[in-house]
Amino acid sequence: MAARSIDATERTRQSLYRRRAVTNAVSVTLACVAALFGLAFLAWILYTLLRNGLPGLSLHLFTQDQPPPNEAGGGLRHAFLGSFAMCGMAILIGTPVGIAAGTWLAEYGDRSKLGTAVRFVNDILMSAPSIVLGLFVYALYVMQTGGRFSAVAGAIALGFIVLPVVVRTTDEMLRLVPSQMREAALSLGIPQWKVIVQVLYRSALPGIVTGVMLALARISGETAPLIFTAFGNEFFSSDITGPMSAVPLVMYKFAGSPYENWQHLAWAGALVVTLFVLLISLVARTVLLRKKISHD
Amino acid sequence: MTDLSRTPDMNDAIALAQRPPVNAVPAGTAKLAASGLDFHYGKFHALKNINLPIPEKRVTALIGPSGCGKSTLLRVFNRIYALYPGMYATGQVLLDGEDILDPKYSMNRLRSKVGMVFQKPVPFPMTIFENVAYGIRHHERLSKPEMVDRVELALRQAALWDEVKDKLGQNALGLSGGQQQRLCIARAVALRPEVLLLDEPTSALDPISTSRIEHLVEELKDQYTIAIVTHNMQQAARISDYTAFMYLGDLVEHDATRTIFSNPSQKQTEDYITGRFG
Repeated sequence: MAARSIDATERTRQSLYRRRAVTNAVSVTLACVAALFGLAFLAWILYTLLRNGLPGLSLHLFTQDQPPPNEAGGGLRHAFLGSFAMCGMAILIGTPVGIAAGTWLAEYGDRSKLGTAVRFVNDILMSAPSIVLGLFVYALYVMQTGGRFSAVAGAIALGFIVLPVVVRTTDEMLRLVPSQMREAALSLGIPQWKVIVQVLYRSALPGIVTGVMLALARISGETAPLIFTAFGNEFFSSDITGPMSAVPLVMYKFAGSPYENWQHLAWAGALVVTLFVLLISLVARTVLLRKKISHD
Repeated sequence: MTDLSRTPDMNDAIALAQRPPVNAVPAGTAKLAASGLDFHYGKFHALKNINLPIPEKRVTALIGPSGCGKSTLLRVFNRIYALYPGMYATGQVLLDGEDILDPKYSMNRLRSKVGMVFQKPVPFPMTIFENVAYGIRHHERLSKPEMVDRVELALRQAALWDEVKDKLGQNALGLSGGQQQRLCIARAVALRPEVLLLDEPTSALDPISTSRIEHLVEELKDQYTIAIVTHNMQQAARISDYTAFMYLGDLVEHDATRTIFSNPSQKQTEDYITGRFG
C-alpha cells in the first residue's frame, strides 16, 4: 500500500516534469522566433541599403555638390556639411542646458513637486512629434527673424530633440551614483556644487556621454524639424544664417524624384547616415560597458 | 560583582578583564556632547532627548538593535543629515563647548573637525593619491612636496601605505574592499579632524580586514576622539572604552564598556548583550 502510493507520487512528479520541459521548449522556441523576426527586418534593411547604396559610395560623394538631373557625377558634399554643422550646433545647444537641468533634477529638485513636474514635462517633450518642434521653431524663430530659413533655426529645432534626452540621461545617471558617494564627499567639508562637478560627474560621465551620443544618432536622421527651419539648399553653402541642406532632406527630395542619378545619391546618403548611426551606437555601448567593468 | 560568563565571548571577556580599568564616564572632558537632542525624519521621532558625552581621545561605541537610532545619532554629529529634506534636529550638540546645530556654525568648519567613515567603502572615481589629496585641497593650500608627505602620512596612519605606495596613480576602484575602507579612513584622517565617526565600518568586510581596522581604531584613539556604531557586540567589547546602548530612539544606558558588558544596570541592556533580543 505504502509502496504503491510512493510509486503514484513518483508518476505524478514525472508527468509534471515532462509538462514543464515541454512548456519550456515551446516558450524558448517562440522567443527565438520573435527575436529572429525582428532581427530579420534589420538585416533586410541593412542588406537593401548596402546593395543600393554601395555602388554610389565614392570619393565624389563627399567632394562634389548636387548634380543636375540625369547627369553623371556629383555628390552630397553640401548636405554632409549642412548635417554636420546643424547636428554639431544642436549638440552644443542641447547638451549644456540638458546637463544643467538633469543635474538640478537629480541633485536639488529630486523629490520636490517642481522636480516631479519638470520630469513629467521633459518626458512629454521627449515624445513630442519632431515636426511639431520644427513648427514651433518656425513660429518663434524663423517668423520673428523676417521669415528667413537658416541652419541656426534648424539647429535650434534639433536642439529641442537633444535636450530631453540629455536631461533624462543626466538625471538617471546621477541618481545611479550611490548616495554614500555624496555623503562621503560632503563629510570632507566640500561644498555641494563642487561635489557634483568634481566627484559625481566623474562617476556619471560615461552614462552622460552615451546619452549625448544617442541623441546625436537620433538627430542625424531627422528630416521633419528641418523642413520649416533649415529648409534645404541645392547649392553648397557654409552660411549658417541662411538655408542649408542636410542629408535627410536631400534623401527625401531625391528618393522621390524621377531621376536615376538622384535616386542613387539618395541611397548612398542613406547608407552613410545609417553607418554613422550604427557607429555611434557601438561607441556609446562600448563607453557604457567599460564603465560597468571598472565599477566591479 | 563581575560575572564574566555573561559576556558574548570568552576571549573578549578575558581581553576586557585585562584592559586597564576605565571608570564611569567622566563628566568634564567630553569633546563632543549631545544634550537634550531630538531628531525627526518627517513625522518619525527618531531620537528622543539624548544626553551623551563623547570623551576626548577615547573610543565610544554605540550599540543597539536595527532602527534604534545609533546611526542617526552619528549622522547628527557632522550634520550630514542636512542633505535630505524633512530631517531636523533640536537640542544641542556641543563640540568643544560650541553648538554645532546652530545654523551659524559653518558646515565646512564642522566637517573639517569631524570626519566620517561609512559602512560601504566608497572611493571617489579618482586615483588613490587623489582620493586622499582631494579633501585636503579644499581646506589648505599645500605645495606639491607637502601634499605628497601629507598623503603618505595619512595612508600610513590608515595602515595602507605599504600596500599602495607603488600604485598611487592607479584608480582606487581597483583596490579590495578592505583596502578601500582603509583608504576611506586615510581620506578622513588626512584632514586632521579632531573627531572620527565610524558608521559600521567593518560590516561589509571579511574577518581579516575587520581585524586590521579594529587595530587601526586602537592606534588612532591616541590622536582622535572616536565614536563607532557597530552591530557586532564583540567588536564593541574589543575596541571601545565607553559603550552607549540605544533602543527605539532612547539612550538606555551609557557607561564604561567593562561595566556595560559585565554588570549593566538596565535589564534591557543585559538582555541585548546576552543575545536575548535584537
